[in-house]
Amino acid sequence: MTPHESTAVERLPVAPAAAGSRRVRRLVDNLHGWAFIGPAMVIVVGLSIFPAVWSFILSLQKWDGFSEPRLVGTANYTRLVSDQAFWDAVRHTALYTFLFVPASVLAGLLLAVALNRKIRGIGFYRTAIFVPFVASAASTGVLATYLFSPQFGLVNDMLRRLGLPTQGWLEDPTQAMVVIAIMSLWGQAAFTTVIYLAALQDVPAELTEAAKIDGAGPWQTFWRIVWPHLSPVTVFVVVWQAIGALQLFDLVYTTTRGGPLDATKTIVYFLWEKAFRTLEFGYGSAAAYGLFLVTLTITIGIVVYSRRKNLEAF
Amino acid sequence: MAATTLQPSPEQEVVVAPVTRRRRRLPFSGWHFFLLPTALVFMVPFVQMVLASLSPAKELVQFPRPLLPSHLTLDGFRTLFSTTPALHWLLNSTIVSVSAIVAQSVLCSLAGYGFARLKFKGRNVSFFFIIATIMIPTQVLMVPTYIVFARLGLLDGLGAAIVPWLAGAFGIFLMRQFFLSIPKEMEEAAALDGCSRLQIFFRVVLPLAKPALATLAIFTLLGSWNDLVWPLIAINNENNFTIQLGIANFQGTRRTQWEMLMAANVVATAPLIIFFLAAQRQFIATMTFSGVKG
Repeated sequence: MTPHESTAVERLPVAPAAAGSRRVRRLVDNLHGWAFIGPAMVIVVGLSIFPAVWSFILSLQKWDGFSEPRLVGTANYTRLVSDQAFWDAVRHTALYTFLFVPASVLAGLLLAVALNRKIRGIGFYRTAIFVPFVASAASTGVLATYLFSPQFGLVNDMLRRLGLPTQGWLEDPTQAMVVIAIMSLWGQAAFTTVIYLAALQDVPAELTEAAKIDGAGPWQTFWRIVWPHLSPVTVFVVVWQAIGALQLFDLVYTTTRGGPLDATKTIVYFLWEKAFRTLEFGYGSAAAYGLFLVTLTITIGIVVYSRRKNLEAF
Repeated sequence: MAATTLQPSPEQEVVVAPVTRRRRRLPFSGWHFFLLPTALVFMVPFVQMVLASLSPAKELVQFPRPLLPSHLTLDGFRTLFSTTPALHWLLNSTIVSVSAIVAQSVLCSLAGYGFARLKFKGRNVSFFFIIATIMIPTQVLMVPTYIVFARLGLLDGLGAAIVPWLAGAFGIFLMRQFFLSIPKEMEEAAALDGCSRLQIFFRVVLPLAKPALATLAIFTLLGSWNDLVWPLIAINNENNFTIQLGIANFQGTRRTQWEMLMAANVVATAPLIIFFLAAQRQFIATMTFSGVKG
């Protein structure tokens, strides 16, 4: 772009002495630009790009943080794929993902459809469903432990009052992940709901009106008219929730710490233990990059799939 | 311009309809049969939290458990503040969140404006790098960041909890999108009046950016106040715990003192709940933006 094309904002008058020299002006422009973005750039490069590169180098090393790091090539990665504990972590993470992602997407869709109307008390309903979004993982974890406590928890208390058998919940290896998924859903249903609500309000009213006039029932209108409009958003929330689910850590830390019998040890929990409990920095980094790769593959896979089907989510 | 919404995404304006504007009787709907129980179930955890924090300690570990406490007491809060440094942790969390919000507002809007309006060498490459960092999961960054902080002597101090929140790709992107959406005319007029670029930025552009800054502030508040992983890794000194880290560690050491644990939970969650109730629309706009644009 030549200076003539630019507007007054892009090319402010600089000091009169420099006005004649295009090169000085360009230098001043560059300085200005970097003065604006510089501070933030330093932070982002220093805390994201630099560590990401170093982490990859670390994944090719054996290092405990004290002795000299030793280059071991891909040994960390080959150890990873033959590590039974890692594959257990992958299985637990997959279980959580399959519990949480469909549930949160369906809950979001259902709640958004329900909340997308003007009825009495709608403000109360919305607030009640959205407020849990602000609860932290630590709070949610404490609440989960309290509500699902086998002896004194409200959930078992209710079961008892209904004459149903009580459960072990977080203390039962087959149920712990389910409880974690339920509590995640409680905190995060608001997110998918809000996204679907926004999408629902983008559906042209003329279309649904026209369908109604043509004699379509609400069920037909939803599946034939509304749902096709929602599919790009659905692809998006599935990807988004899946990325989040694959990175589950906080709620495990604040409820079961990976137990019982390691049943809730997820990939991130595994790598956190390796890196910060047994100080295997290289091995931990390899696990992190492995997870990154899986996340990336799944994301790209879903995006390509949706492009093929012309869903235009991204 | 709607004062509470971001310009670039019109969908945000309509998310929460102002339900109480008209006091007309709305028709009864079958959806109440679904919504009322659902809303009540969603409220159970917080209601239980508050009830437990006000219950006498022994009633929480009684069997069978009474549904409601026999009387309300503040013992849980007294135990919390007299036997643990919870007040200190709350202060730490406040320092972290306030620093994060101030830093993000300044640094991200400066950078966002730079990317949206200024022309300079390396702009596109830099922006690409910023956006690329959104893809990098935090787990990849934990180990090297920990090592760097250890070398810089930042570990264990409150600074360790603050530094990662000073600026971020989300904020830069958010502010850039906002600045791209506002008309250039006012800035041009100010430029012709002889304002310097910084003057234009602070006097003309930033006052217009309030809705975007509100979104950024809420996003940063939620993230920094609720963060657990990073303080967990970086801070061992109990005096420098954030409230979240404090609560998470209670789980191991005091898991049977429910009245105190729940009191801690109340003081950790109440600020965000109050903010949410006070600024529900902005919170929802933030959620929508972080989803739709993220």
